[in-house]
Amino acid sequence: MSTPQLTDTMAEILARHRGQEGPMLPILHSVMEAFGYIPGDAVPLIAEELNLGRAEVHGVISFYHDFRKDPAGHHLLKICRAEACQAVGANALTERVLTKLGIGWGETTPDGRVTVEPVYCLGLCACGPAAMVGDRVIGRADEAKIEEALA
Amino acid sequence: MKIYVPRDSAAKALGADAVAAAVRTEAAARGLDVTVIRNGTRGMIWLEPLVEIEVGGARRAFGPVTPADVPALLDGTLAGLGPVEDIPFFARQTRLTFARCGLIDPLDLDAYEAHGGLAGLRRAIAMTGQQIVDEVKDSGLRGRGGAGFPTGIKWQTVHDAQSSRKYIVCNADEGDSGTFADRMIMEGDPFTLIEGMAIAGLAVGATKGYVYLRSEYPDAIEVMQEAVCIGRARGLLGADVLGSGRVFDMEIRVGAGAYVCGEETSLLNSLEGKRGIVRAKPPLPALEGFLGRPTVVNNVISLATVPVIFEKGAQHYADFGLGRSKGTMPVQIAGNVKYGGLFETAFGMPLGTLVEDVAGGTANGRPVKAVQVGGPLGAYMPPAKFDTPFAYEEFDGQGGLIGHAGVVVFDDTADMLQMARFAMEFCAVESCGKCTPCRIGAVRGVETIDRIAEGDAAAKELLVDLCETMTDGSLCALGGLTPYPVLSAMENYPDDFATRKEAAE
Repeated sequence: MSTPQLTDTMAEILARHRGQEGPMLPILHSVMEAFGYIPGDAVPLIAEELNLGRAEVHGVISFYHDFRKDPAGHHLLKICRAEACQAVGANALTERVLTKLGIGWGETTPDGRVTVEPVYCLGLCACGPAAMVGDRVIGRADEAKIEEALA
Repeated sequence: MKIYVPRDSAAKALGADAVAAAVRTEAAARGLDVTVIRNGTRGMIWLEPLVEIEVGGARRAFGPVTPADVPALLDGTLAGLGPVEDIPFFARQTRLTFARCGLIDPLDLDAYEAHGGLAGLRRAIAMTGQQIVDEVKDSGLRGRGGAGFPTGIKWQTVHDAQSSRKYIVCNADEGDSGTFADRMIMEGDPFTLIEGMAIAGLAVGATKGYVYLRSEYPDAIEVMQEAVCIGRARGLLGADVLGSGRVFDMEIRVGAGAYVCGEETSLLNSLEGKRGIVRAKPPLPALEGFLGRPTVVNNVISLATVPVIFEKGAQHYADFGLGRSKGTMPVQIAGNVKYGGLFETAFGMPLGTLVEDVAGGTANGRPVKAVQVGGPLGAYMPPAKFDTPFAYEEFDGQGGLIGHAGVVVFDDTADMLQMARFAMEFCAVESCGKCTPCRIGAVRGVETIDRIAEGDAAAKELLVDLCETMTDGSLCALGGLTPYPVLSAMENYPDDFATRKEAAE
């Protein structure tokens, strides 16, 4: 990505959140929405805006699972690992899905199609195993439903 | 004709959007005058997508409905369930907090008002702050997030604090596995949460509220954001709340996937834009909370229950329950169960009744082996403890906790050593890192449990010792309560912890 484009987008995002109390997380979410990850070049701009050190901004980014430093695959598949889903076979499902995709947790398929991440509860505990592709939720998930959502 | 198809994310996860689309298409093709209403869920998840048809004021339920069922649904030939209120799972409940959930379009403020909404806020507007706080105290409401601290006492502290600026913060970071009550009320009846927060604001003199909502709930975020916009446009929020001349506004803030941010001090740091590191108490958030100001931090269900307390009176609410656990609790039945969903009931129902009777046992008919109550930090209860009444002190007496009232059922294939290991692994993943016993202890816990699995019987004693250190040496519930599932698994299921070698020999 060219730097002027990043600078313009960041200026718009930072202006949008000016005046909010505790704007850091809203800013980072907006950056994620705009780029799909937090580009390294955005960090000093956020630090400057919030009058913080770059290390402090980096510390916040690295604390939260949602904030990525690199782009994810075309689809972001999250499979619930929590207890209620384990009670209805989430571990076996995960194993089958990861084997089929040929990747491990947190990895992206070589063609860049799918990134798989664990999630700890989607609030779909009465219809597990639960999964999510983007913002689309899947209950009683199986390989067929997940494959369909990734199509 | 009105047709209700839920927009709740559990219903969507089971295909409700496709059913709603099929209803619209089929009705249009037939030239029928049909209004499709996307309501919340009634909470019977095994029946989702649960569609209701209203003709002449009477609603009849059908479910689970697939798009292929829609022609028969409109023909009137699809086998139905009758009125929702007659389904045994529903009929046995006492719905106070969730009275409107699934009944109305969640974003229809007029329907909200027609079903008792805003009556509580109107009553509160006519009261002084102290009178409002007293009403909450009289209701006996305790924090529904898990700790069970009396809500009225918390409000009193913030009420009495002197400050030019105070805050209401709603903890909607519902990360516990097996819980979805917060999500369900936010998606199904968001105005009750907004009304509850406005009453809290009037009570303590706060003019600004925040809902810290986890990012794993995109549907709830959408509904809440829309509800806040409608609330502002209709004068429920803003500079003149319902014409009272009082100020209260609020904002939805989205979390970023950290379980520990459900802990109130960590949540406040996150809301301020910092790493979600736990703060030492004191100072209490009630005195030095968000941005160092006096702050009420309450769970979604605590705040969403406030309107019904003011609508029906504190005594009406307090008349339900058992001992010091007053009112109702939305129990969330999850995991391997036949009838999963949300069951709001007065405190005191025995755990076994909930599991065997209400939930109908396991989905696959195998015997129940363990029930984890209260999320990943709750104890694993064996059937031998099924006579424990569902209430705060009663569970405490059995070495457990009710937490946010999630009930996760496991059948006899569950390996409790692996569940104990998972509890430690989860703690290691989600630890904020402030306390050494949690940050490092959880990693050592996983290793120690692996040693037990490999045949090192001496490691059991070490695990107990480690758990004691975590309990005594952690600031918050994550490190402090992870020993609950671990030790309860080891105590109640010794066979699963008999070393593999012993079992093989």
